[in-house]
Amino acid sequence: MNAARFKRWLQGLPTHIILIGIGLVWLLPTIGLLVTSFRPFQDVNETGWWTALSAPKGEKEYRTNCGACHGNDGRAISTADLTNPDLVQNYRRSFALLVSLERETFGGQPHMGALSVPDENTAATIAAYLRRISGIDARPRFTLDNYIDAMTGYRGNVTYKSDCASGQQALDLFCDWRDLGNPRGMGRAFLNSLIVVIPSTILPILFAAFAAYAFSWMHFPGRQWMFALLVGLQVVPLQMTLIPISRLYAQLGLNGTFWGVWLFHTGFGLPYAIYLMRNFIGSLPHEVFESAYLDGASHWTAFTKLALPLSIPAIASLGIFQFLWIWNDLLVALVFLGGQHPVLTYQIGNMVTSLGSGWHLLTAAAFISMALPMIVFLSLQRYFVRGMLAGAVKG
Amino acid sequence: MSAKNQQIPGIMRQGRLTPWLYLLPALLVMTTFIVYPGLNTFYLSLRNNANTDWASDNCLSGAPCWGVFENYRYALASEIMQTAFLNNLKWILLMVSGTVLLGLTIAVLADRVRYEALAKAIIFLPMAISFVGAGVIWKFVYDFGSGQVQIGLLNALVTALGGKPVSWLTVPQVNTIALIVVGVWMWTGFCMTILAAALKGVSTEILEAARVDGAGEWAVFWKIMVPQILPTITVVITTMIINVLKIFDIVYVMTGGNYGTEVIANRMYIEMYTSFKPGRAAAIAIVLIAVIVPAMIFNIRRFREQEATR
Repeated sequence: MNAARFKRWLQGLPTHIILIGIGLVWLLPTIGLLVTSFRPFQDVNETGWWTALSAPKGEKEYRTNCGACHGNDGRAISTADLTNPDLVQNYRRSFALLVSLERETFGGQPHMGALSVPDENTAATIAAYLRRISGIDARPRFTLDNYIDAMTGYRGNVTYKSDCASGQQALDLFCDWRDLGNPRGMGRAFLNSLIVVIPSTILPILFAAFAAYAFSWMHFPGRQWMFALLVGLQVVPLQMTLIPISRLYAQLGLNGTFWGVWLFHTGFGLPYAIYLMRNFIGSLPHEVFESAYLDGASHWTAFTKLALPLSIPAIASLGIFQFLWIWNDLLVALVFLGGQHPVLTYQIGNMVTSLGSGWHLLTAAAFISMALPMIVFLSLQRYFVRGMLAGAVKG
Repeated sequence: MSAKNQQIPGIMRQGRLTPWLYLLPALLVMTTFIVYPGLNTFYLSLRNNANTDWASDNCLSGAPCWGVFENYRYALASEIMQTAFLNNLKWILLMVSGTVLLGLTIAVLADRVRYEALAKAIIFLPMAISFVGAGVIWKFVYDFGSGQVQIGLLNALVTALGGKPVSWLTVPQVNTIALIVVGVWMWTGFCMTILAAALKGVSTEILEAARVDGAGEWAVFWKIMVPQILPTITVVITTMIINVLKIFDIVYVMTGGNYGTEVIANRMYIEMYTSFKPGRAAAIAIVLIAVIVPAMIFNIRRFREQEATR
């Protein structure tokens, strides 16, 4: 019996290995982003994120070369306490440290005693470690500074907090809550994204609900072919409409305004929204509507009191879809809003091209933009999947 | 489309105008934002860049010229567009096969384990992230340090295994593959979800019967599951082809189309907003839609058939 169970377990093993392996590959890149976004910026470019929990850089070198006399904590020699910043200040650069290691003598003995003097690279690593333990360049393992810097749009060489503390901040920073509105910052971009996404999600669903009700429960000539035509508009790719709309907006002065993106997203969300809503509202039992009419209800009452409340599941699916699609959109924001009202995707896209290797800022910024859709997705996954299955053909 | 032919109860008659009031907002917005620009793009593609004359105005004497279709000469025959077409083809071949195969594998395997929901959520999560966010995540994975330290995961792995670090995003050929990997990472969840739903629809009795008859898991998969969900697989493949043809954000964020990674949609953006040549951009848009529409029509048809038999 036990052998049979073991055999079954063994047979299932490849499945688990493959699944867990794929799962890890899928997760690792995102974990790397998350870990990096919480590391101090000095560490980010010095060591890989996977070393975040291991010993700080230079500790090993320090212990082999200096630990025997100075002690592992650096305090063993009271006249040469390596945790004293005033002392370490003199040896903070590797060449100064090397000079001391090679030339200085203590009680007639060379500094390094019987040990050989380390090479330049090792000396630099040790100097960095000394700066760290002496508090000259102390930094925690994890920090929230990257998020603060990203939110305020800080672009200096240290951190927003230390610049503000020393009063050396850039001219466009105030060092108070107003910095959240800095046009370069993610705080402002987050707000802009919200301003874009809310009406762009509500408007198409509302318009689609009206249209879907008419298509489902009203008599008018051309009902069938008009529905087919509207749904057919799903095939028009977004790229095809950008140029004429930019020109139209230029004439109307809508370029770079929120109205421009709201209307554009509404127009583009509608074909799919009408299709989904019509399928849902149309499949509600017609007895419900019939009896409402017998009771003297008007179309308006039937729409607002029956059709809308009953189609909440469809509205939820549609809402999540539209929300994620607009929140994550770059192209439309790039073309119609640009730098006037930068949204999250635009801001990050800009940072990627202008910052080069500012990974501490980029990772924090990327995570700020991902947090909300991830929460929405994980909490409402059911509706999302349902909406996707209902309209897998959306382009 | 069962709702299509249903009878509207006779009692629900209404005035002539009412339906149009309900339809008006939707019709108005859609006409302005889809119908009109669609037609206008076609017109613009035949015009010169300032929209003052027909496109033949752009022709240079002595150079080949397609007359009023001059912009299409650029969209179809220019060197950079040829690169873009070739790259889009690579994207289609690798990304579609990658996402569908991986999605199918995961859908089949996850069905047998207790942590199905968790496994699926992990694979699906990238769908919630923007292309831009994914671009940052993967640019970091691909990071190439010129010094000794590699902070990019991939190059750290390569050096740990004794290899030399590679600048993944600037080496031609390699970089397109690197970008496609990001696409696969993002879209496998989509394929997996739809295929998993189809697999749940395969009758368990048939599967059990086959297993009782002694068919191995491999045979069950190829002889029963795959034929049964073949229509869904076709829909997924076509949908993915359409998505891949329109791919823009990944390339824009990660390489900007440089180092030989150009794709059609990115070229269109550059012509329009960097080179300010709307005529050319419009022609590229028309070429793009000409490639996409057949796939779309095919897809909608298949989808309808499937709905009808459900």
